Amino acid sequence: MAPIEKVITANNLTKRFGDFIAVDKINFDVNKGEIFGFLGANGAGKTTAMRMLCGLLMPTSGEATVAGFDVYKQTEQIKKNIGYMSQKFSLYEDLTITENIRFYAGIYGLNDAQIKEKTAILIKQLHLEGEEKTLVRALPLGWKQKLAFSIAIVHDPAIVFLDEPTGGVDPITRREFWGLIYEASARGITIFVTTHYMDEAEYCNRVSIMVDGRIDALDTPANLMKTFAADSMDEVFLQLARKAVRTGD
Amino acid sequence: MKPIVAENIVQNYPTKKTVVEALKGITFSVEKGEIFGIIGPDGAGKTSLFRILTTLLLAKSGKAWVDGFDVVTEYEEIRKHVGYMPGKFSLYQDLSVQENLEFFAAIFNTSIEENYDLVKDIYQQLEPFKTRRAGALSGGMKQKLALCCALIHKPTILFLDEPTTGVDAVSRKEFWEMLHRLKLQGITILVSTPYMDEASLCDRVALLQKGVILSINTPKGIISEFGKPLWSIKANEMYQLMNAIKADPLVESCYPFGQYHHVVFKTQENSKQRLENIAAAGNFKDVEIAQIEPNIEDCFMALMTD
Repeated sequence: MAPIEKVITANNLTKRFGDFIAVDKINFDVNKGEIFGFLGANGAGKTTAMRMLCGLLMPTSGEATVAGFDVYKQTEQIKKNIGYMSQKFSLYEDLTITENIRFYAGIYGLNDAQIKEKTAILIKQLHLEGEEKTLVRALPLGWKQKLAFSIAIVHDPAIVFLDEPTGGVDPITRREFWGLIYEASARGITIFVTTHYMDEAEYCNRVSIMVDGRIDALDTPANLMKTFAADSMDEVFLQLARKAVRTGD
Repeated sequence: MKPIVAENIVQNYPTKKTVVEALKGITFSVEKGEIFGIIGPDGAGKTSLFRILTTLLLAKSGKAWVDGFDVVTEYEEIRKHVGYMPGKFSLYQDLSVQENLEFFAAIFNTSIEENYDLVKDIYQQLEPFKTRRAGALSGGMKQKLALCCALIHKPTILFLDEPTTGVDAVSRKEFWEMLHRLKLQGITILVSTPYMDEASLCDRVALLQKGVILSINTPKGIISEFGKPLWSIKANEMYQLMNAIKADPLVESCYPFGQYHHVVFKTQENSKQRLENIAAAGNFKDVEIAQIEPNIEDCFMALMTD
């Protein structure tokens, strides 16, 4: 059996802001193609940890690699090899669907022929035929989020970071969105996702739960439920998050 | 008159090409002292409805009364008597916690001391930070301060537009506990949320989708309207299992729910047997099948596809 390829490694990764330890010596690995749920209460340190992994924030101490690149010295290579999508910022509302695809694909260095091919695949996959020239602003939220996800992986990154991608989306679209996640994962793209929906945590291969800057639990959802004698991830999360001392974002 | 009455409210927003119909004839009423939930995803029309009822937006047509006052002709009376917490944080970021609260109290000709008993529970959690600027507070703290400011003039009706959106599971639970304590003081609460699981914390709910109310009932009532047996199934390969189930022509719907799939059949005979056969034919392992009670999300999805 070939050794499992690690797409993310973090060893004692730490970030301090003055006296405040936002991320406190976290250790974890994420395997290629894995759907990894990154959970935690508001203020637990998720965003800070994600920003370090995306090459946007310099750690204070510890080590980490993303797609094989060092988070201290190779931040530009990291940015080229990851995708990112959040509920808050995804697409340009004033551009059409194809213009958004063209824009992001261009930024990630795809050439014209590749962009043309990717555009055709994306439009077909999302059943957006006939809507190519529609402004993104006019799309329902669910379509927007599915399009944003597809565009975030237009350059076939090693890993895509999804920051609460399904917030506020209707329950059927939310499930269609997870269908896209499974497809991407089957293609070998690693998924790193945060969510406040605990049923979505159960769709992940493994889940970590941050409390006060530390990772207090990391396992498959089934094992976590066993360990915490809980029927759902919601209960696991509440048991852990209630121990939190600090509050904050 | 009931604290909130809405009759056939219509709202639309014309754009260059088309007209977006935000509310397509909304009719409902809320009883005194009730926690009434408007449950629906983004774009359902929740915020338009809240803005019309709080007299911040004029409906294209329809009528509504809040606390017995007409939302168009008697808007000034309504503004004196209701509390409103908008979905977007709308306090003064540059003022401290205490200054914000004093400001809102002063606008309504009252003082923090006068109505302190109403906000005490919540404000005590904020007190350690009372000199901190509101803009520097965490999400959960901002939400608590916004609730205090909406309560400081002792409103008869409280409008809370998505107070728990983006808030983690623990803070959400605490927030709902606060609402239940306010209900005990006789305050009527209209609250909106995209989180379907919060429906069970309301006395009654309206399920809202694309400007239309799909159903109004108690949470139990909504569940009893589901009307068909619901099955949950789990096995070793969930993605393949979903495809196998959907391939059966007698399956009406199959949706993933965490570690299970929820399945409804078009006919009701031998459903369990059918699921067992599907699992056996696909060589699935560790199969668990059970008949379960639907939750609000099951009901919402069934109503969406009706």
